[in-house]
Amino acid sequence: MLLLRCPNCGIEAEETELTPGGEAHLKREGPGSDEVSFESYLFTRQNPRGVHFERWRHAQGCGKWFHAARDTVTMEVLGTYSAQVTEPPAEIRAEIERRRG
Amino acid sequence: MSNPDSALPDEVHEGIAAVREMGPQGMVTLRGDHAAVAGAVQSATGFAVPGQRRIDGDLGNGIAWMSPDELLILCDHGAAPGLTATLAQSLAGTHHLAADVSDAREVFSLDGPGAREALAKLAPVDLAPGRFEPGELRRTRLAQVPAAFWMAGPETFCLVVFRSVARYAFDILAKAAAPGSSVGHF
Amino acid sequence: MSRRLPRGGRLIDRDTPVTFTFNGRELGGHAGDTLASALLAADQVLLGRSFKYHRPRGLVASGSEEPNALLGIGQGAASEPNQRATTTPLQPGMTAVSQNHWPSLEWDVGRVNDAARHFFPAGFYYKTFIHPRPFWKHVFEPVIRRAAGLGTAPTGPDPDSYEHFHAFCDVLVVGGGVAGLQAALTAGRTGSRVLLIEQRGHWGGRAPVDGVNIDGADAADWVNATVQALEGMENVTIRTGVMAAGVYDHGYVIASEESLPEGGPRHRLWKIRAGHIVTATGAIERPLAFAGNDIPGVMLASAARDYLADYGVAVGDRVVVVTNNDDAYRTALALTEAGIEVPAIVDLRESGAGALGEAARAAGLTIFQGTGVHAVKGNARVAKIQLCRQDGDGAVTAELPCDAVAMSGGWSPVVHLWSHCGGKLTWDDAQAMFRPDAGRPPLGADGRAMVTVAGAANGELSTAAVLADATRAGAGAAGGEPGTAPGADDPAEAPIAPVWLSPANAPYALRSKAWLDYQNDVKVTDVELAAREGYESVEHTKRYTTLGMATDQGKLSNINGLATLSRALEKPIPEVGTTTFRPPYTPISFGAIAGEARGETFQPLRRTPIHGWHEANGADWEPVGHWRRPYCFPKAGESKHDAVAREINATRNGVGLLDASTLGKILVKGPDAGRFMDMLYTNLMSSLKPGKCRYGLMCSENGFLIDDGVVARLDDDTFLVHTTTGGADRIHAHMEEWLQTEWWDWQVYTVNITEAFAQVAVVGPKARAVLETLGGMDVSADTLPFMTFADGELAGIPARVFRISFSGELSYEVAVPASRGREFWDAALAAGAAHGITPYGTEALHVMRAEKGFIMIGDETDGTVIPQDLGLDWAISKKKDDYIGKRAQARSHMTDPTRWKLVGLETLDGSVLEDGALAVADGRNANGQGNTQGRVTSTYRSPTLGRGIAMGLVLNGPDRMGEVLDFTTLAGGTVKAKIVSPVFYDPEGEKQNV
Repeated sequence: MLLLRCPNCGIEAEETELTPGGEAHLKREGPGSDEVSFESYLFTRQNPRGVHFERWRHAQGCGKWFHAARDTVTMEVLGTYSAQVTEPPAEIRAEIERRRG
Repeated sequence: MSNPDSALPDEVHEGIAAVREMGPQGMVTLRGDHAAVAGAVQSATGFAVPGQRRIDGDLGNGIAWMSPDELLILCDHGAAPGLTATLAQSLAGTHHLAADVSDAREVFSLDGPGAREALAKLAPVDLAPGRFEPGELRRTRLAQVPAAFWMAGPETFCLVVFRSVARYAFDILAKAAAPGSSVGHF
Repeated sequence: MSRRLPRGGRLIDRDTPVTFTFNGRELGGHAGDTLASALLAADQVLLGRSFKYHRPRGLVASGSEEPNALLGIGQGAASEPNQRATTTPLQPGMTAVSQNHWPSLEWDVGRVNDAARHFFPAGFYYKTFIHPRPFWKHVFEPVIRRAAGLGTAPTGPDPDSYEHFHAFCDVLVVGGGVAGLQAALTAGRTGSRVLLIEQRGHWGGRAPVDGVNIDGADAADWVNATVQALEGMENVTIRTGVMAAGVYDHGYVIASEESLPEGGPRHRLWKIRAGHIVTATGAIERPLAFAGNDIPGVMLASAARDYLADYGVAVGDRVVVVTNNDDAYRTALALTEAGIEVPAIVDLRESGAGALGEAARAAGLTIFQGTGVHAVKGNARVAKIQLCRQDGDGAVTAELPCDAVAMSGGWSPVVHLWSHCGGKLTWDDAQAMFRPDAGRPPLGADGRAMVTVAGAANGELSTAAVLADATRAGAGAAGGEPGTAPGADDPAEAPIAPVWLSPANAPYALRSKAWLDYQNDVKVTDVELAAREGYESVEHTKRYTTLGMATDQGKLSNINGLATLSRALEKPIPEVGTTTFRPPYTPISFGAIAGEARGETFQPLRRTPIHGWHEANGADWEPVGHWRRPYCFPKAGESKHDAVAREINATRNGVGLLDASTLGKILVKGPDAGRFMDMLYTNLMSSLKPGKCRYGLMCSENGFLIDDGVVARLDDDTFLVHTTTGGADRIHAHMEEWLQTEWWDWQVYTVNITEAFAQVAVVGPKARAVLETLGGMDVSADTLPFMTFADGELAGIPARVFRISFSGELSYEVAVPASRGREFWDAALAAGAAHGITPYGTEALHVMRAEKGFIMIGDETDGTVIPQDLGLDWAISKKKDDYIGKRAQARSHMTDPTRWKLVGLETLDGSVLEDGALAVADGRNANGQGNTQGRVTSTYRSPTLGRGIAMGLVLNGPDRMGEVLDFTTLAGGTVKAKIVSPVFYDPEGEKQNV
């Protein structure tokens, strides 16, 4: 059972306090977007074997969303960070680089 | 005028800790940028905005950090509507949301030498002495329902749950504090 | 015979006798006994029957690996089947019964399966019961079901309680043998928070039994001193009687505590979160495969030693020791020292043992080297052992009468916990064992090893090596310096011989009596057959033969089975590999898993502030999410159907009262609230004037309708959103998700205030009169017209009164503080008494909304329905550039003109259509099924109209008014129904707008 640090309230939250929100950093496609872009936004996910940027909500806790970088094979957590960003911040990328080389 | 009802007026259970229903409790949720609302909070409650997960004061007059943009203000049940209005007034022009949530909640105390252990049966929280102490408010789950709790004394917890699950919360707390169920861990 | 010796037994208290019964016979034991040791002391060697062949079976082991002695314990509702006698502490008055036999343990009819076992080889069931097909259901399955399963389930509800407990530590050490103790001590000295758990009731593991010396002292003394030292450390907690069942991601460990004092919970499930886990779980001795190795009286050499040292029980009067390694010599020496005859040590190795062999010779013991077992003979008990050359084909060379055989096939590290979360193993050829590969550990959240193995579990079999390994492991886990490990004197041992069958070239007749898995009756020849039939993967062989399944989980049978398969496949053991070790290590109870979630607290049940009144007034309940809502309020002698009709008629003709407190209420406030509301809803909400209400629809980004309700605008900045009963938490989360993860620069806050208010609908032509009687605010048509709200007081209670209607009648929904909800309800009942005010439930609510053609989320919607399907285009803004779901609703499938659309349905004969009935169309589809052209989404008997009414989604429905369709019935027929407008009652809306 996963343990993720909620960056909003600082709690090392176990999975039962969290709800998953799938892949992070999707760009919303609204009215006017073409069929392919919209389909991709709605349905196409990367599902990588390795580092995955994903969304979590500390639902049974402070109620806030956050992002996690997690290795889907080893379950290694490379960092959690704010939900209010459109891409992984530099320090998360650096950490991934440091650990994954 | 009649008295307001809590969901389980005055229920008590004795075991390795005592579970008590605490009666009507005033609570105001204040959402807003903590720095932006600090002045209004200070003048309405006398408290500064607490740090992350901290709680100051007591049930009669207290304040807790709930999330980066949410505070919970504790007061007497009858004072909550007035306090909500006061905050709204003094924060006019500042983006915020103050709501009287007193009646949405039920408050219990869990009190006694087995209180830490009883709570650790229900919440996935490290409740060992030194790891959880008075001054911190923890939002988590009690078995299957959301809850918040803090310590009001060395072996006393205050717990808040939603009113509709007051019976469930009381029953699981009573089970967790059943006589003879001491774990002997803490 | 097996018996209690006059002396010895370090774990029993001879001054405290304990009586218990086995199969109704009263027997005596001592405090400190296990059920197994007490039964053995009473010469009860036969303890059960095997699963498939019903062969007589006795104790093989002394710990949790015991495959045979699974007993039913206790009586009545609190009884438990399949309890291992070896790990069950003897309790005064305990009742135990053996299992899997009929009519009795000694005389069992199922034994015919054994006589016929050549006809029941591996895969027998798979091969046999396939044809003829119809036989499966009527002949084979009932017979197999009767034969299946071990033990008897209790018949009554479990009277006991169970609980969970969350514990946290830096270092969790599993196993309280010398390795675990030393690891905990080393870790504890760093100041880390250490939790040490041991599954048995005592510390020290095998060391005190094996009589080793640590730092010059008896192992028992070292154990006591170390336990004392650990107890004195504030940062260390140690507990016996807690069994680690499984290791999961990120240092999560499940452990079970079952020996708890009377008066408290029966079992406790520990949920432990550890920074690092040290498994010091020891090793398990392997049986040897030879003919007759399952006859009661044949057991592990270490178990024979345990029963002697721990409980003062001799497993027999003449005990032959058979071994392929030095360790079993300890058993021979211990038995001899206790005065028990050991006719011979049968050593499969040509070269024999090391220092322990010298000691055995010095003690006058006979040793046969290079000798194997032709067969052990005996019926329900060992009578003799026939010896042969180990390297031959089994010609008998000698025969020794005996009543017990102590065997040792070497030791297997207990690697289960290491393996549960991905730790890999490596084959150690010299020691003939799989041991943890420290280079491929299970990883924690930080990407580093989260489990370290210590001692025998790590493949270290000498005491000195165990202690050194544990010191290293404890320090590594805590991130400290190891310091000096205690020393130990170990006799020099000769290497084990990797012998997997005795004799090496045993013919079929012997191999087919050599058991690998006692519990599941798997023999050497079964694994060989599986290999011959092409089951080359060990995982397939396991399933085909049932080797290592059930409670064994690879404890006893694993390596012998793999070795047999490897031999049959002519592949080395590491290439064959192991099966997957899965939690739990030993079975844990469902009660412990459920914890507090049973009976009244199985699930949270949500109650409104008016719940007590409903309960006292005979509400028939309907679960709605976790809420309980009254379905109706039947009076004495009244059917539910009649009650619903009465409630509707009273409401339509007078006034009704509904507890609507469960409806979601969410505040949405901020400078961008209007903009946000326009994104949430399909219609325009930002144009709503303060004081007014508007009905709205919410869709998911997929375009599907997810919720509906009435929005009230409280002021320029603030909206109050009403959701469906099931929608409050979901829609609040939906709002927060968009605000936090997409439009975080928008200035909007939300608060879910659902439970702060009791909400009561006062409904019907007399509703206004009731509110006027309550008094306190002007609720007249002019002041409070339809689709507006006002704040004020009713009957002295602060109230927000919404003039909205879900029934088509004049209707007010009154929100009052929850703490005064019951007071308001009672006041409304009193005020309405003169008008015959009638409380109604959810069914009357549903029927009345259906009469008006109002949709219900969850009836008309099912996650595939868009508002356009429901004729709700009027509630979809054409002016807005965007709302959640707008883009999806423009997808080709969503704009397909052949999507089924909402219509009303009236049966020609006035009957009520069946829920979910399908409208039949001509022809058949590609699968040969009849085509359909619609389905019923809501169907009721309308007391107002005196006939059945329904809503449904029908192909081109709105264009086919008046057409008659055939709808299916469960009985196989059809019913004719006409397509009509879904608004059956007061289509002009005159009644609600008065």
